[in-house]
Amino acid sequence: MTGELHTERVRSRTVRLTVNGVRHHVRVDTRTSLLDTLRERLGLTGAKKGCDHGECGTCTVLVAGRRVYSCLTLTVALDGAEVTTVEGLAAGGEPHPLQRAFLAHRAVGCGYCTPGQLCAAVGVLAEADAGVPSAVTPDPAEPPALDLAEIRERMSGNLCRCGCYGRIAAAIAEVAR
Amino acid sequence: MHTDRTDRRGHRPGRGAGIPERADDARWRDAPWNGGHRGEGAGRRDGNGWHRGEPDGGRDGDRRGERGGERDGEWDGEWDKVTGRARFAAEYSPRAALAYAVPVQATIARGEVRNVDSETILTLPGMLAVLWHGNAPGLGVPEDSGLALFQSPKVAYRGQFVAAVVAETLETAYEAAARVRVDYAAEPHDVVLRADHPRAYRAWEDAPGEDGREAVERALREARVSLDLTYTTPAYHHNPLEPHSTVAVWEDQGLVIYDSCPGAAAVRDTLAELFTLPPSLVRVITPDAGVGYGGAATTRPQTVLAAIAAQVTGRPVQVTLTRRQMFAVTGYRTPLVQRVRLGADGRGRLVALGHDVVEQTSTTADPAAGPGAAGGPGRPVCEVLYDVPLRHRTHTVVPLDVPAPSWSRTQGDLPGVFALESAIDELAAACGLDPIELRLRNLPEADRPGSAAAGLAACLRAGAERFGWAGRDPAPGVRRDGRWLVGTGVAAAAYPVAQSPAEATVRLDADGRFRVRLAAPRMRPEERAALTTIAAVVLGVTPERVEIELGGEGGAAAGPPAPAAAGGDEPEDVVRWGMPVVRACEALAAMLGEREAHPGVPLEARARADAPDGGHAFGAQFAEARVNLDTGEVRVPRLLGVFTAGSAADADALRARFTGAMTLGLSMTLCEEGELDERWGGFLNQDLSHYLLATFADAPDVAALLLPGDGPAPDPAEADRLTGLGTSGTAAAIANAVHHATGIRVRDLPIRLDALVGRLPTG
Repeated sequence: MTGELHTERVRSRTVRLTVNGVRHHVRVDTRTSLLDTLRERLGLTGAKKGCDHGECGTCTVLVAGRRVYSCLTLTVALDGAEVTTVEGLAAGGEPHPLQRAFLAHRAVGCGYCTPGQLCAAVGVLAEADAGVPSAVTPDPAEPPALDLAEIRERMSGNLCRCGCYGRIAAAIAEVAR
Repeated sequence: MHTDRTDRRGHRPGRGAGIPERADDARWRDAPWNGGHRGEGAGRRDGNGWHRGEPDGGRDGDRRGERGGERDGEWDGEWDKVTGRARFAAEYSPRAALAYAVPVQATIARGEVRNVDSETILTLPGMLAVLWHGNAPGLGVPEDSGLALFQSPKVAYRGQFVAAVVAETLETAYEAAARVRVDYAAEPHDVVLRADHPRAYRAWEDAPGEDGREAVERALREARVSLDLTYTTPAYHHNPLEPHSTVAVWEDQGLVIYDSCPGAAAVRDTLAELFTLPPSLVRVITPDAGVGYGGAATTRPQTVLAAIAAQVTGRPVQVTLTRRQMFAVTGYRTPLVQRVRLGADGRGRLVALGHDVVEQTSTTADPAAGPGAAGGPGRPVCEVLYDVPLRHRTHTVVPLDVPAPSWSRTQGDLPGVFALESAIDELAAACGLDPIELRLRNLPEADRPGSAAAGLAACLRAGAERFGWAGRDPAPGVRRDGRWLVGTGVAAAAYPVAQSPAEATVRLDADGRFRVRLAAPRMRPEERAALTTIAAVVLGVTPERVEIELGGEGGAAAGPPAPAAAGGDEPEDVVRWGMPVVRACEALAAMLGEREAHPGVPLEARARADAPDGGHAFGAQFAEARVNLDTGEVRVPRLLGVFTAGSAADADALRARFTGAMTLGLSMTLCEEGELDERWGGFLNQDLSHYLLATFADAPDVAALLLPGDGPAPDPAEADRLTGLGTSGTAAAIANAVHHATGIRVRDLPIRLDALVGRLPTG
């Protein structure tokens, strides 16, 4: 065994996070991902761990309104950040239109990818509003219209093993209109 | 209908110290979920408004009453899924400090573990234990069982759990697991499936009569049209997005397990055997979401690991497998080599069929498990429905140094239907017939109303009309749209509809309440109330003393969740569960005398209904394929499935299941392939960057059409199984469409670029 054990060098840091409007001081191991902080420290288990490698999207949350894979985001780098998870989408008890649409379109299967899909969809709506083009946007200079092709392209970072893609896309398209 | 008062191992349930269910459940349920109060980071606020310190015990309350946007019949569970409130197995956290176990996997495929050096590791702060066969507690199962964790030095496949670490935090556990040094005595391994493998053995053979084999051979030789084709399918990993997870707690009165596996009763019985406990001392709680979706309902090693780790450390232990770990230890569908031989007369009518299947198994698997246990090809529609006078089927198994395969989503209909319905398409081409016409010619009872064949014929005809099949030019490789070749294909599938038997367990607990546990995934409140009343009447008590519990330790039918908002089958549910509830309550009532003799001792009785025979459900799938002339890329812009699936009350819920299943079928046809590494002996592509799943961008326009049938409505658990029907025909329909587009027959899944590039027309 060469070299010292990593843990001996580990530093922990106190990080200030605002999660769903609630402010937290959390002392974290510098190796801890935002996902593990949410799930194992703050009890917010809505964000899911499907791969822990940025391959499946079940951990998607919003940091400052932008969607991120929380499994690839180190908490120690988020001091002062504002995080929104699926638990925070229904502000004031009023469901987010996407939450209603997912149910209305039966876009929910086993439910494990659902929180990530919802947060990603919130991010996609915001990106389109901000005029951010995607690979399939016909004219990047024009504001993108969130049709099904745009939604499929933008949502492709979120896997669904129940095969609900068509229904999720339809639910997002309805809210985008 | 039968009742029993003892479990299968002869223990009298309810005698002695059973685990008081509700007290425990209530404690867990009281944990402040979703309010951000589980851990230390969510404590009370300091002067600046920041949360600090210990939990403040608050909870965001039960919002169920407040939700909006609800439609009639929508389940609480569905709402929980879109708000993050739905809890999965790994999300149950006991009050006592949770520890984390992380397995160490074998890096050899065959041999023995000589030693595990754990001393350096144990000096890490926060380490609780290193487990391996040198120090792990003994288990009550044979050493070579796949669940006999750390019982022997033997390594039977790469990725097998050979050790595990238990630590206070996930980070420490992961680091420690990566640092555990395992010394092996490695032996040469053998992991490559071949039909002519020297260790292959014939597991099963089915031929008509004594001279059946010769008759089939002769008919194939003499047939007007005769085909001899070989199809291969790869290992398929189920890969539910929820990783297999367990939380285990040892209490004074036994073992409590929160597990992602949907088969609560199976898990309970397995753990009871492993830890030599009466089943009444093992309580298994399975949340009604997640892994259960199509996954096999069997105990997986992480459950055993959690239980051992909790026993050794005296702490509640969580084990959540990583995606990479899942590939070796959570089952997969065996790769298959299928030789299909078809003989037909001049009019396209089948005269003989030969189907020879080769699959792999592990060196430790039970040879008596039989075909299909490994996800073999099942009984595809061709063998169920088409009128073939002479058939010969064989099933050959090759034991290799690989993990034990298991069924996944369907027993094996996807690869089986792929081979046979591709071959039927090839036969149609050889006979110069339209592939639908050829199928109809082999369904002699297609015009007899109510016959099985009529169901399939109806699917084929309705699908042809909806898809626009009429006037299809059969010539392959002639339709172009810019740089894309375009084609269409069809395939058929059948699926047995056997309803799982309903089982009820009634228990009188020490608190004087009667708990009726049903394996129903979910149930409408009014129906639950009806069953409560029924139980109370039979028991002769007030309904207030009766509680209906769902999911949990019900039985083999403790299945995955009902389809979204499948609220329509309520009348069937009362009929279905009423009888076992009555019988179980009657049995318990008869035991109440004993109760008076032994106050405070819980009593339990169980009853099960017989499984009804539901006949078959049928499906036909239609695909449009577009193949890029330059890159060989295959796109499937259109997929249509037509199904007869009984008189489902909630057709849209069932359609949602079918379109999901078809999307998975597309994924298995074009993306998924578990690659065994000949050199190192394990699966090579152990993550979702390399084991590819279809994404949104791959998802075509998938539509499912349900034909009214006079069969029984599938119950919710059955509706989930029925998705096997939705997955079955997709691969053949797409492969047949690719042939129609390009003239190239792809007989090996997945359909990859290298099967097409270089063989496509130029210019």
